[in-house]
Order: sequence, then C-alpha cells, then structure tokens
Amino acid sequence: MTVFTDVICPFCGCLCDDLEITVEGNKIVRTRNACAISASKYMHHEENRIDGPTVDGKAVGIHEAVDAAAEILASARRPLIYGLSSTECGAVAEAVELAELVGGVVDNTSSVCHGPTILALQAVGESKCTLGEVKNRADLVVFWGCNPAEAHIRHLIRYSGMPRGLFVPEGRKGRYIVAVDVRETRMGRVADLFLKIEPNGDFELLSAIRAAVRGHKIRAETVSGVPRQQIEGLAERMKGAKMGVIFFGLGLTQSDGRHMNIDAAVGLVADLNHHTKFVLTPMRGHYNVAGANTVTAWQTGYPYAVDFSRGYPRYNPGEYTSVDLLARGEADAAVVVASDPAAHFPADAARHLGRIPVVTLDQKVSMTALMSKVVIPVATAGIEAEGTAYRMDGVPIRLRKVIEPHEGVLPDAEVLQMIMYRVRELKEGA
Amino acid sequence: MRDLIVKGGYVYDPLNGVDGERMDIPISGGRVVEKLDEGGAKVIDASGMVVMPGGVDLHSHIAGSKINIGRLMRPEDHRKDVVSRTRLTRAGVGYSCPSTFIAGYRYAQMGYTSVMEAAMPPLGARHVHEELNDTPIFDKAAFTLFGNNYFTLKYVKAGDMEMLKAFIAWMLRATRGYAVKIVNPGGVENWKWGRNVGGLDDLVDNFEVSPRQIITSLARANEELGLPHTIHLHCNNLGVPGNYETTIETMDALGSIKPAGERRNTVHVVHCQFNALDGENWGNVRSGAAKIASYVNGHPHVTLDIGQAIFTDTTTMTGDGPWQFRLHNLTGNKWVNSDVEMEAGAGVVPYTFRENNPANAIQWAIGLELALLIHDPWRVYMTTDHPNGGPFTFYPQVIAWLMSRKARTETMLEAHKACMRRTTLAGIYREYDFGEIATATRAATAKVLGLERKGHLGPGADGDVAVYDIDSTGWRPSMYRDVERAFSRAAYTIKGGEVAVKDGEVVAAPPGRTIWVDAKVPEDAEAELMKDLEAEFRSYYTIGLANYPVQDAYLPHQERAAVDARRGW
Repeated sequence: MTVFTDVICPFCGCLCDDLEITVEGNKIVRTRNACAISASKYMHHEENRIDGPTVDGKAVGIHEAVDAAAEILASARRPLIYGLSSTECGAVAEAVELAELVGGVVDNTSSVCHGPTILALQAVGESKCTLGEVKNRADLVVFWGCNPAEAHIRHLIRYSGMPRGLFVPEGRKGRYIVAVDVRETRMGRVADLFLKIEPNGDFELLSAIRAAVRGHKIRAETVSGVPRQQIEGLAERMKGAKMGVIFFGLGLTQSDGRHMNIDAAVGLVADLNHHTKFVLTPMRGHYNVAGANTVTAWQTGYPYAVDFSRGYPRYNPGEYTSVDLLARGEADAAVVVASDPAAHFPADAARHLGRIPVVTLDQKVSMTALMSKVVIPVATAGIEAEGTAYRMDGVPIRLRKVIEPHEGVLPDAEVLQMIMYRVRELKEGA
Repeated sequence: MRDLIVKGGYVYDPLNGVDGERMDIPISGGRVVEKLDEGGAKVIDASGMVVMPGGVDLHSHIAGSKINIGRLMRPEDHRKDVVSRTRLTRAGVGYSCPSTFIAGYRYAQMGYTSVMEAAMPPLGARHVHEELNDTPIFDKAAFTLFGNNYFTLKYVKAGDMEMLKAFIAWMLRATRGYAVKIVNPGGVENWKWGRNVGGLDDLVDNFEVSPRQIITSLARANEELGLPHTIHLHCNNLGVPGNYETTIETMDALGSIKPAGERRNTVHVVHCQFNALDGENWGNVRSGAAKIASYVNGHPHVTLDIGQAIFTDTTTMTGDGPWQFRLHNLTGNKWVNSDVEMEAGAGVVPYTFRENNPANAIQWAIGLELALLIHDPWRVYMTTDHPNGGPFTFYPQVIAWLMSRKARTETMLEAHKACMRRTTLAGIYREYDFGEIATATRAATAKVLGLERKGHLGPGADGDVAVYDIDSTGWRPSMYRDVERAFSRAAYTIKGGEVAVKDGEVVAAPPGRTIWVDAKVPEDAEAELMKDLEAEFRSYYTIGLANYPVQDAYLPHQERAAVDARRGW
C-alpha cells in the first residue's frame, strides 16, 4: 500500500494540491481531502474506460490507429483540433504544432466558456491576482453568476471564504461575501448578501454599481430587479473594502451581452482601484483550461481559435472557433482531445461532427468517442501521467502520477507526437 | 559536432584586449580552443567582416506570465508581424510580444546567443521555464523577484541577515533562478492595498521597513553569499518626473556595501532611462541623465543599462504594479494588473512612444545621454528593456545612434524639439567604436553577470560567435545605415560551435541551456529556514511547500552555477 501526499486534483480550476491518495496494487483505494467530485473522479477512474484503439469501431493496434489518424489529417483540407482543457500542457503544445503542420485550426474549450472573458481582456484589460491574495487580504468577496459552493467545492474553504489569511486572521468572519445570481443557489445561502438579478440584467446592474461608485445618482427605483438602496449600499461597501474581489462564472460570460458584461465588470474594478484595491478573477471550470490558453498564447500569440491555414497563426473568435467552424460545415476532419463536443455543442455543430472523420483521444467512452472513426485511449494526466496544469489564477503546478496506466496506453502528448511523426512522413513522401 | 574555424575577420574581443585585429577563431567541442587541426574543420570565411562574441542581453522580458499577458491581450500587435512555418522553424508572431520560437530566432538573427529574463515571480517560475524551453537557440537565465517577498520583508524587519541569506539561496534553487531581482521595493507590497511608496524612507505597511532597508539588506546578503551577479534593481518612483534624485540616492545607499570577491560593483540599476527624469511634472519634465552620469562616473560600485526608448508602438510590462496603474491612467490604454501572493506583482499596458510628444522625445534622448556621458563602457549597457522601451529587434538602430552623431541628429530633427532643449544630447559628440559596441552588448554584460565563458573569444569560452557583414576598417559614422543593416542580420551566428544563422536566416535551432545559481549555505542555517518556511507556507500560501520548487523536468538543458557561501558564514 502506498500513500501519496500533496497530490494535485485534476478536476476543476482550483487545482487543490493537498490530496492524499492511497494506492493498493495499482488501484486507488482511498482519497483524503478530496471534495465529492474529486473523490468520485479518483475512485471511479477505472470505470467506463475505452478498452483499446479502434478504427471504424474495430479493435486495432495503436500503430494502425495512429496511421489512420495521420491519413485523415494529411488528406484533410480544413482540419480542426479541439478540446485540450482537461489534459496537461505538453499535450496542448503538441496539438498546436500538429495544427501548424497540417495547416489546421487549434481551439480549446474556452471558446464555449470563458472566451468572452478573453475578448474583454483584449478590449479593456483586467485587474487580477493569485488566489492566495484573496485568502490573505480580501475582506469583500463577490461571486457573480457562479456557484462555487456546488461547482468549485473547495474554493470557499481553501481560498475565498473560510481561510484565515495573513491580514484576515478572523477567516470567514473577516469577510463580507456577496452572491449575485438569477436564482438562489447554495452559494446564495452561504453569502452575507444575495442579490437576485433578472436574467440577462448583468450589464445594467454592473453599470449601475459603477455609476454609484463614480458618485452619480441613480434615478431608477430598481435596476435588473435590484433596488437602488442595495446598489448604492454595495457601491459604498466596495469602495470601503480593504481589498475586494469579484469572482465570476458562465452566468456572466454566457448571458446576454457576453464580453460586454465582462467589459463592464473590468471597468467597475478599474474604477474601484481609485478608492482601494480591487481585482476580479474568472472561475475557470476544466482544471487546465487556463493552461490551454497559456500554452497556445506563448506558442502562437493567441489563446484559442487559432488558424494556421496560411502557414502563420491567425485569430478570430466567431470564425475559427470550433462551434462556428463546424456549424458552417467548414471543417472536414477533427481531432478531439479530452473533450466531448458531440454531447455539449449546439445541434448544428454536433451534427457536422457526425459527417466528418473524427479522431478522439480520451480515457473514457464519450458521445464523441462513439461517433469517431478513430479512437485512441490515453493515460489520465494527474493520475496515470505527469505534466503541468495552470490553476484558474494562472499558477502552474506539476501534476503527479499515482498509478501506472494500462499496458500500452500512452499519455495524450505521446500519441499526438506519434500522429505528427506519421503525418510528416506522409506529407514528405508525397 | 564538426570543428569549426572562423577565419580572417576583424575580431572585437574586449575582454581579451583584441580590438579589430584580423584573427582566426577555432572552435572544437562547442568551445573556443587555442589551436585546431584545420584539416577536418568547417571554415567560415569572415574576411572583410566584423567578428564578435555572441551578444549577451542582460535585461529582457521574454518568458513567463507578464510577456504572456502581453501576447494574450494584444492580438492587434501580432497581426502586423506574422511568421510562417518552414521545414526547420516554427510559425508565430513578432513585434512587441513575440511568440517564444520567434523570440529565439530573432535574437539569434541579430547575433545574440545569451538572453536574461529579467523578472521571474517565484510562484510562476515553472511558467517561465516552460516558455524558456520553447525559446530556441540562445542560452538563458531568469532573475527571481525578491524585493517585495514576504520572507524578505520579514527577515529584513527582524534584521536577520543569516535567514535572509539562507532564504535567497533556497529561493534561487527552488525557482532555478540566477540573480536577485528587486522591483520597486516596498511599493509593490503597498500596491496590494492600492498604495505605493514615494521614496527610499517611506514605510511598507504592516512590515514597518523602508525601501532603503530592503535594498541595502538584499545587496549585503547578495555580496556576502558571493552570487555571480550583483542585485538587479528597478528603483522606486519609476516614471515619475524628478525621480533622478531617488535613483542617485539609491545608488549612494549602496556605496558602502562590501562587494564580493574581486569586483568593485554592488548594484546594477536597470532601464535607467525611466528613472532619470528631472522636473516636477510631465509638462516641464527634462533630462536628469547628466546628473546620474556624473554620479556614476565618480562611483565605481554602480552599473546600469539604458532601457532605450524607441519611437514605436510597444507593450510595457513590469513587476511594478503601481507604476502600470499610473501609466494606465496617464494614457487611458487597456491595463492588466496581476498580483502574486506573498511575493510580487505585475502590470501590463500598451504604449506608443511618439516623436512629436515632448516627454517621449526627452526619454529617447535620455537613454543615449546615459550611454554617451558615462565614460566607462564597462558599466553602461545597451538594452531597450524589451519590450518596455521598444522591441529588442530595434537594437541595430540603437547601435547606429551610439556610433553615429549623424544618425542621432537626423532623429533629433524629426523629433519634438524638447529633446534638444531639455536634454544635453545635441551637445554630445562622442561616438562609440566597434570595440565599445562589443563591450556594451556582450563583453561587459557577460562580465557583470558573472558568466565566465560568455562575452569573449579566448580559449575555453563557449563557442558563441557573431559575424557581421561590415568592414570596420573603412567604416565612418556617416555610414550608420550600413551598421544598422549588418547588425540586423548576422552573416553568421554560431551557438555552441554550431552555425545557427547564416546570411540572416536560421539554419539550425538547437535548444539552448538554462543557467541557474545553486548557492550552498551551512546545513543548520538551511534547517532553520525550512522550519520557518514550512509553518508560513501552511498558513499563507495556496500551494504546498512540497509542490513549490521547480522540478528538474522543467530544465532539460540546464547548467548549474555552483556557489559555496559556507566560507565566512
């Protein structure tokens, strides 16, 4: 029996690094410190695994599967490489190079989650910090359109709600927590103040708070369902905080206004910095979606939606983003790494995936794997393979390996390398 | 690897006293050697050309979270400078925030073979090293940020030099860093409450220590440890008119520190142009360069780099959060702030230096004044603080300005007249020669960094050579455009004995090494430090001490610079 300590959880953007994983005979038998979701990921990680590589549903060896994948890519005119947010950074780097080699598009899941956050960053910037800054200093914490109490379960415990910090020695008592959402979730009940906002009213409410912070009088009785007094009260509280933070989720990025909502939040935070210290941070979902953006940016200059069809990288969300590329029927082949777009994409896009040859690299059987021409099982990063992941705040952490992968099962990065090697041979042969 | 001989060029190797003599440079096993059996060696014909050691840039922002924020936030910067994939080289983008591969290629294309990343936040060290691994050709090192670190402040407050020294040694090892970087000491910690410090004797909130105490303590610790480089200091009050006084005061505070070993210097002041402003506000700002130069000329313990401003659109990025907020408010340009728990901060703001803007014209002149008014070329170095003053790809233009008064005059006439009226540049006739350029861009930088095998071409030196297609014997300053052209595209860049660039094109892209400092301290000092770190990490960091140090997997091509600090502890 081996007990691994300080293990990093490869589930959500919190990347908790204090797990204890007990392994007996290459089987995970116990977890400690893990949240319910994480424990389930570890304990059930053997379930529903892809048995072996397949081409057209028939079991083949890894080399045959790699050959088939390479042939698809080498003959495609507009291949798409998508996913990458639930794997380690080495795989992201290989995916970018593969896209470059085949003149394709490389995109990650941020194009359907925090893409608007990045668009806002490119328009107006952002004031952010690592999570320890919140733990050590923040006395006002706002959760806007997100529900960490159920989705990022240890966020409140480790970073933003309960912990006793350097300058917040009282812990939870030293922080005033505000939740803004369209309905009262568990987060709303945990908060000191819950603001129920009308759906799609985020931009207006943020703008009203911003106006109040700037000392303008608000004439409307309510804005987006929130009474004027509460808005003015919150503005005063924000200005008077020692250090404040807004965490926001898809409730803000994917409701009406999208990146304009984030623009408004960034503007509010910038204004607040004339009074006190204020920051904002997106609640990233997949454990390494931040890493996918980070690696793609240092290799190409752009964080997602990167097109290499001209030999050099171009960036245009809305055009080179996966959903749009598929819905237009433009992509003629796809490689999906650690993601399940067939299950999650809008119908038009998912339907087109069914019409083109798809290569899927994943650990578990998914909708996408079921409809793929080539399926290659891979080792789970953070459980069966090492690698780097970037936490939601951009802190890079090295993932641990606690058990050996099944015989012959390789990490994503190695499989992508093999495909790339074969594509190069095919292209140079021709 | 095949032996190689660079034949018949005019060699400028200031560290070995060679100034333009025709010499051959034999290279074997990646190093310069005394003699070589010429039979099997590849011959590089450098006749009629200038031969120098490979360039050594001691201050540039090329890897890590700051430059990557710049890349992320500026698609408009990339779109005007795109690079396609070739069979040998990766695709990418250039201009002020180049992608990693392109940064590697372009430095090499200018004959640079060593580049220092100037600011590494410890918590983001893995990120820095991941990017450095994707930056080909040149050798590199990264400077770890110490000036606002919780433990620095704690040990300085307690006056515990032993703990401070043990901490520096441990942190350099944990981050695989090379030098002690200090950015706006105390100011960045205060910025975490939305404030700053205004001078050397202001106090840091909650810690009750002053920037003066932080700087002098770190400098003393640095010299007592005997680290290869001095402290690398971004002074307080950067970008504030009148700040030249703070800069001189800071330099003066370090005059009494005892330098390590044989050296005389105790501080390197970075991108001094931004800290050499006289006047009370941006309306009446004028150059303070002459006063700084006069101080430096009389005080051998100071070195500096100029941080030359270039008239172009660029991206400013520093570990100086409060300054970046100030710049955001001055310009209205988009602003990213990024604070790092327990350690550091950073900010990024796009900025355009304009010829017709009086303040920018003065800034442009200040960099050149510093380079020309400081007599000793071994103590003032050419940088643009890439990309803060401008992208590193403008180095050839800076070289032209340094070597040719005509080049300067032409720019002065184009720029706002403030650069003539409120600086001394118009009255300066000095022109660098090739030997002085070699000093300011490789020999002196390698020396001050303590990189003993860099910056020269004597036997035992790394086989890093730049060959520029220009005949220095017939050259006159009026021919500055030839210099600019030659230094833009090296005829050859040889890295570790391998030809990486030929006729300005990349022909090989080896990975390059990462150099870091491993300083040994007494075991009991380290044990006491670890006790404190364990407790503090558990309480205040969000990552465990076990997961904190950079793992060896991040340094596939590393070179350890060992320092034994146990003697005289």
